[in-house]
Amino acid sequence: MMEGVLEVLAWGLLGTGAVFSVIGGIGMLRLPDFYTRMHAAGVTDTMGAWLILAGLACLAGLTLVSAKLALILFFLFMTGPTATHALVKTAWYAGVKPLTTEASGQPEGTPPSNP
Amino acid sequence: MPPDKSTGRGGSDAVLHAISLTAVLFGTWLLLSGYFTALLISLGVLSLAVSVGIALRMDVVDHESHPVHLTWRIPTYWIWLLAQIIKSNFDVARTILGIGDPPTPNVVTVQPSQRTELGQVIYANSITLTPGTISVELENGEITVHALTRGSADDLRTGVMDGRVSKLEGGA
Repeated sequence: MMEGVLEVLAWGLLGTGAVFSVIGGIGMLRLPDFYTRMHAAGVTDTMGAWLILAGLACLAGLTLVSAKLALILFFLFMTGPTATHALVKTAWYAGVKPLTTEASGQPEGTPPSNP
Repeated sequence: MPPDKSTGRGGSDAVLHAISLTAVLFGTWLLLSGYFTALLISLGVLSLAVSVGIALRMDVVDHESHPVHLTWRIPTYWIWLLAQIIKSNFDVARTILGIGDPPTPNVVTVQPSQRTELGQVIYANSITLTPGTISVELENGEITVHALTRGSADDLRTGVMDGRVSKLEGGA
């Protein structure tokens, strides 16, 4: 009984994770510029990856395997934002201008010019 | 990095950081090896001694690489952050699918209220981790943030996350 519940939960998590990953992929294609596409990548990075890992951990049960999956989860938690930030900051300094729909009045960030 | 008395380098804290590093490394060894034989565990202890020795000699074991002072407060913060991330994931997913707010990208700057660099880094990373907002730059005590929609920028401006991180850092 317990096994069955866990399996259903696992497949639910895997399925939802897959859906979020695909949505992130759609966003990569649909959104207009580099920066907005990074947000779409963020969906795949967070919900997509985490739900799939959680699903796999449910399938593995309380074993050393799920402990290792938890470790991978932790590393993603730490390295994900670092990688995203590195990409975005590089683009910013390379002078990629973000599309903005900024109404006047709000201070607008200006990328520093290329040295 | 210049020595900083207020953040407690040296003294008993240094011992605490070394103990923390040892515990984390040993836990990692056990977890990744999965063999609990005398030989493999003693090999683990040996490599542990070498690694900790090198890390201490390199002087990289401090409150930034091992923020032990956050140990008790950080789980609460992670749970809160997780809820935020799930919430904004749904927002961004709806925007992507065209059933939520349309993308209105904008760039805002926020002033973090954290006192330490570690706190500001935690705040900036939390912003990046939350879909819909990415911190582009942390410079001169200001974080430049790219937000996917007006709503996500406004959420950030309320300063709730900022307050949470400041609390995590320690009120004193």
